[in-house]
Amino acid sequence: MPDIAIERRSFLKATLLAGGALAIDARVALAGTAGEAPVALNAFIRIAADNSITIGAKNPEIGQGVKTMLPMLIAEELDVDWAQVRIEQTHAAERLFGPQVAGGSRATPVNWLPMRRVGATARSLLVQAAARKWGVDPAGLATAGGVVTHEASGRTARYADLAADAAALPPIDPENVKLKDPAAFRIIGRSIGGVDVPAIVAGKPLYGIDVAMPGLLHAALEVCPVFGGTFRAGNLDEVRKMPGVRHVIVIKGNGQAESLYDGVAVLAESWWVADRARQALDLQWDTAGLEGFSTDGYAAEAAARMGAKPDAELARHGDVEAAFAAAARVVRADYSYPFLAHGTLEPQNCTALVKDGKVEIWAPTQNPEPGRKLVAEALGVPPEAIRINMTRSGGGFGRRLMNDYMVRAAAIAAQVPGTPVKLLYARTDDVRRDFYRPGGWHRFAAAIDGRGRLTGFKDHFITFGQDGKPIRSAQMSPFEFPAGCVPNLAYGQSLLATNLPTGWLRAPGSNALGFVFQSFLDEVAVAAGKTLPDLMIELLGEPRDLPWLPNAPALNTGRARGVIDKVCAMAGWGKGARLPEGRGRGFGFYFSHMGYFAEIVDVAVSAEGEARVAKVWVAGDVGSQIINPVNAINQVQGSVIEGLGYALSGQAITQVAGAVTQENFHDAPIPRIGDVPEIVVEWVITDNPPSGLGEPALPPVIPALANAIHAATGKRIRSLPITAEMLAG
Amino acid sequence: MTITLNINGQARTIDADPEKPLLWALREDLGLRGTKFGCGAGLCGACTVHADGAAIRSCQTTIADAAAMKIVTIEAVATTDAGRRVADAWIALDVPQCGYCQAGQIMSATALLAATPHPGDEDIDGAMAGNLCRCSTYLRIRAAIRQAAGAGGAGA
Repeated sequence: MPDIAIERRSFLKATLLAGGALAIDARVALAGTAGEAPVALNAFIRIAADNSITIGAKNPEIGQGVKTMLPMLIAEELDVDWAQVRIEQTHAAERLFGPQVAGGSRATPVNWLPMRRVGATARSLLVQAAARKWGVDPAGLATAGGVVTHEASGRTARYADLAADAAALPPIDPENVKLKDPAAFRIIGRSIGGVDVPAIVAGKPLYGIDVAMPGLLHAALEVCPVFGGTFRAGNLDEVRKMPGVRHVIVIKGNGQAESLYDGVAVLAESWWVADRARQALDLQWDTAGLEGFSTDGYAAEAAARMGAKPDAELARHGDVEAAFAAAARVVRADYSYPFLAHGTLEPQNCTALVKDGKVEIWAPTQNPEPGRKLVAEALGVPPEAIRINMTRSGGGFGRRLMNDYMVRAAAIAAQVPGTPVKLLYARTDDVRRDFYRPGGWHRFAAAIDGRGRLTGFKDHFITFGQDGKPIRSAQMSPFEFPAGCVPNLAYGQSLLATNLPTGWLRAPGSNALGFVFQSFLDEVAVAAGKTLPDLMIELLGEPRDLPWLPNAPALNTGRARGVIDKVCAMAGWGKGARLPEGRGRGFGFYFSHMGYFAEIVDVAVSAEGEARVAKVWVAGDVGSQIINPVNAINQVQGSVIEGLGYALSGQAITQVAGAVTQENFHDAPIPRIGDVPEIVVEWVITDNPPSGLGEPALPPVIPALANAIHAATGKRIRSLPITAEMLAG
Repeated sequence: MTITLNINGQARTIDADPEKPLLWALREDLGLRGTKFGCGAGLCGACTVHADGAAIRSCQTTIADAAAMKIVTIEAVATTDAGRRVADAWIALDVPQCGYCQAGQIMSATALLAATPHPGDEDIDGAMAGNLCRCSTYLRIRAAIRQAAGAGGAGA
């Protein structure tokens, strides 16, 4: 929302940073703006003379539906009809709007109360304005559809007629405003279509790649195929002479993947022309010390380290060695998973204009503020001199939490001041310049006593790190389940080095750990003569919070039990006729991002080793309220298909001599329509604050599939991706 | 050189390399940015448009070749009967998540319904196999095509 005026007079910083709460600016002298100009009640709400309401959507929209969901919270408490509401994406300004990140499925838990308070404070001011105007008690006033009604006299006033008076009233503490009883919700809980869907269907320009402005130049950027390589020399003058080429620019790197690597940018009036000229570049790079990194090398080193003592101990409970010594049965297995790319369908891109010491950015980013900081550092400009406009993103999945494209676009634009520059990665660039979900290896052992109880548990986790610490998204929590539920338990960790930049992929950590832990626990259950749901219920025990990381909501065993029971009932688990040859069902549970999900997969495996998922049942607990059911189901179904894709679509990023080998969707594939099963989703509603749905449905489907394949074939899936060779015969 | 294209029922003349893909001519020369770039290799379907009624990948079609065809893009597809029904179903079932692939999905779905007014599930999966949706809205895509075909919208 381009309300420069509000920005100038803003004093909201303190309250916003303390949890996203909103103050109404008492100094807004809006009486002077009478006439047709809309009246701003706070940074989020403008009321126009025709009583249409514009609501700012503050968070980046990447397909998770937040541009619809957050304004729904405001509109509910403001007491307006959804039909009279217009939604505008705000720019990036956390002091005005509070946190603006699309990550960690956090938008719902972080904003559930603050956004409702934004609406409620504005409504309260409008009611007070009406009470003053009519000289009546505000308690006798009711609101609905953007109209205040005095019930005793039948007098009514539209919000538009009260807005200027309301904006001149003293501010209200948002914490003290009464919120609606959920029983009175008229918008929250209703299925509301995405606010941009009509524009998407009509082909309107909404995305970063669609940004257009007069004089814009398009940029294609070449960087070293080996991450971290530095530029030596190349045929720049030759490429400068190619038809249509306007500039060939050398970018000096700072060695940070999320900021600048050395590169050569080709600028033209057409991206197609720029990219074709880019392909004619013949550049020499210095890759000394970086070419030793390879997928085969990691695997060999991991195998060698597996049997050795871990570098570090993450957790140790009880007397692990005694438990194994006394065990009636010991189960051992090694698990692994590959690096993965994000593959957002809109390749990374950004438009930047550097002019008169100021920088303006148009970016499909999930996380604008770290980008602002990196641009400020790279260009040597103050952060206040950078304005970031957030466009709709053609997918995020964690890729756009990094802002490499933003810094690079700004660095190129800085060399042609006054000219807007749009940098676009070709698909191959996008695949090869990702921040990958790190691969990993786990050596598990479980001790089972004579009564079939899990008494000891060990995991040696081989991951990637530097200076004794795991790198981005390569961590495992010491509280990873079943920690806290097995008396004798040890988690150890060893680190390998890599030059691949790593990053967060949807349900980071969990999307790998869910697979290995729930699959190995299925092995334990089978060895103990049980099913995994039975073992899980036994391990979870009485309802309680498990020990957990500080400042993170803990796994509550009662809520876990609730979704396990629910999904078993939905699928008729353990009941009904035996499945035919080659068919099987498997179960998986995972808790992540405050969400509890239990899933059951029904799979058919052919003699040739082709696994086809027929159906998936999903039970989820994300608290007391599903805010927008039509989108919630879409998010869960998408998460499930994405998870199945990690296992079945052949996804794995591999590396030879320091460089990634994949280049496009033929060798970095994602699921297609014919791969998709029926997916049934049901909610377990519990008395807990609502939490997010972008991620937590993903992790459990992978072990549920692996465990179903075991049920169907007797074969254990201990590494991903699953191939026909693993399953044939 | 100048090339005249027939885009959405209008003759449009542009000055560009005849080898330029139709995708980039639409986006850069004609300001029709609804057609999307995804892979540049005919693998994802984001750039799908209609050429003489058939769904084609505009990233794999040069403007020299396109000059002989009647091209329809997402911006105008809803002016056809099948296109309007598909667009309406997409909105009614709230198909998109990020939405980036959906222009291509709608173009493929419309071409399917124009040729096969009452497709079965295999027809749908076959016609839509070339269109990737990274958000995996496939269940709703199937349901929306069934709804647009007048066969009811069960499924998602």
